[in-house]
Amino acid sequence: MRGPSIAHIVLVIAALATVPLLTASNVVLNFLTVALLIALVGQGWNVLGGYGGQYSFGHAAFFGTGAYVSAILQVRYGVNAWIAFALGIAGGALVGAAIGLLTFRSGLKGAYFALVTLAFAEVLRILASVAPITGAGVGILITLDLRPQAFQFQSRAPFYWIMLAMVAVSLVIVRLIEQSRFGAWLVAVRENEDAAKAIGVDATRVKLAAMTISAAITAAGGGFYAQYFLFIDSSIAYGPWISVEALLAPIVGGIGTVFGPLLGALVVKTLGELTKLITGDAPGLDLVIYGGLLVLIIAFAPRGIAGLLADLRLRFARLRSSLPGRAHG
Amino acid sequence: MAEPLLRVERVFKRFGGLLAVDNASLAVEAGQITALIGPNGAGKTTLFSIISGFLPPSEGRIFYRCADITGMPPHLLARRGIVRTFQIVQPFAGLTVHENIAIGAHLSRRSRADALDAAAEVASTVGLGDLLGRPAASLTVAGRKRLEVARALAAEPQLLLLDEVLAGLNPGEVATMVPIIRGLAERGITILMIEHVMQAVMSLAEHVFVLAEGHIVAEGAPRAVVGNPRVVEAYLGHGAAARLSAAGAAHV
Repeated sequence: MRGPSIAHIVLVIAALATVPLLTASNVVLNFLTVALLIALVGQGWNVLGGYGGQYSFGHAAFFGTGAYVSAILQVRYGVNAWIAFALGIAGGALVGAAIGLLTFRSGLKGAYFALVTLAFAEVLRILASVAPITGAGVGILITLDLRPQAFQFQSRAPFYWIMLAMVAVSLVIVRLIEQSRFGAWLVAVRENEDAAKAIGVDATRVKLAAMTISAAITAAGGGFYAQYFLFIDSSIAYGPWISVEALLAPIVGGIGTVFGPLLGALVVKTLGELTKLITGDAPGLDLVIYGGLLVLIIAFAPRGIAGLLADLRLRFARLRSSLPGRAHG
Repeated sequence: MAEPLLRVERVFKRFGGLLAVDNASLAVEAGQITALIGPNGAGKTTLFSIISGFLPPSEGRIFYRCADITGMPPHLLARRGIVRTFQIVQPFAGLTVHENIAIGAHLSRRSRADALDAAAEVASTVGLGDLLGRPAASLTVAGRKRLEVARALAAEPQLLLLDEVLAGLNPGEVATMVPIIRGLAERGITILMIEHVMQAVMSLAEHVFVLAEGHIVAEGAPRAVVGNPRVVEAYLGHGAAARLSAAGAAHV
């Protein structure tokens, strides 16, 4: 399948990696770290939604599980933060596999799949808001321990680089999926499930695998969030906000493309910050902007910014190839 | 006689109060082209869906290479060598012709490069070789029908179920498609085809089953079947055969 090469990914990541060397501004680094976090969570959504065509409205279920498993293991059981983080990813993957098993085996598609994933995320949010182990309504505070072995750092830069490394890994994973048989099958299921089945694709298994990978990537975002902010509660970890961010970034950037979620996250977060600057942080206004943006993208660029850029490049190439003829004619 | 490649035994399919397939039995001999014909709404596509695992039969059994495959899901049947095409073409619209066919080739090939190579080869056998880079959505009806066949072919079937691959084609396009289908049979692929284009059925099929109102009303060699009064009645209505022969006698 057509797409960027690993060299493109290395180039983009290398460019982004230089940012902390150019500025020590915490505002800039914080902004970029959060944007990259959304890019990661969105990349998770993109595996299932963009490549597999299964639109989840409940990626909070995986984000929250990653965050809670990691935080609970550290705070309640004294597990090392890095190990807890890894187990958080595993936990998210497990929840993804479980929800996938229940939904795909009963043949849920389209809007029904979206609604059921939303329902699962909401059930988890409500459970987390009452269960003692999650800290119920109070949430969980991770003890301050600013040492690298505790996955906590004095400055923003290490967090930024770790987040960037995670985004890099997610880009490579998605690129490898694109070039694999599994990726071809996943896209076939997105395009036409019956046709795929007729030529030997086990659609249920392919979707289940995609959902598990998708959940694991998104759970990594949740685990990072817990380390970065050192506090989570049910409405942060399992709240609908993260489900919205997870699908907004890839849709704006270009679903089913390697760089779509990264591109989309940067654009969406930049717009969000600009709105805050102009309106003085009126609560909820950034969501209004997101809504408007989503309508514009779906109406005028259904393939996202990546699709728009591809069209422009094609048009530019045509223009250039027609120019010499005109000069001589 | 040896056991046929595919045997459909007393299959029934009910949709609520509608009996779509009513005690249908048929057999497909290995290496032959067998046609399934019948008027619109006779239950041909429903029977196809049952054979290929997309619908479970209400009653009855399907045997393939002597094994009971009733109710097996489509992807497992494809792995055993039974691959179908769809009457209403189902391309992977967002993919190119090449990528479409490669999905079929992936059934027996893990590597992307191998699958793409095999797909290019299959494309040239059905006359899509020059259109590899085109988006599937941009193909004409004839092109889409070919793509449907190519994709199934890339999955290397032993039993190919073709559901009206000639429908909607003009006579010229039918004339180019017929040798392609014959070529597949010559390569050893057993074919069961649903077809309305009688000219193609007559020239391709070695054995014909006629389905009407859910049950098989006639079977045999193509020439014998089209003269069968029950077949004439199935298409033209009750008493038509008698009226036709009376009219024929009057003209003599």
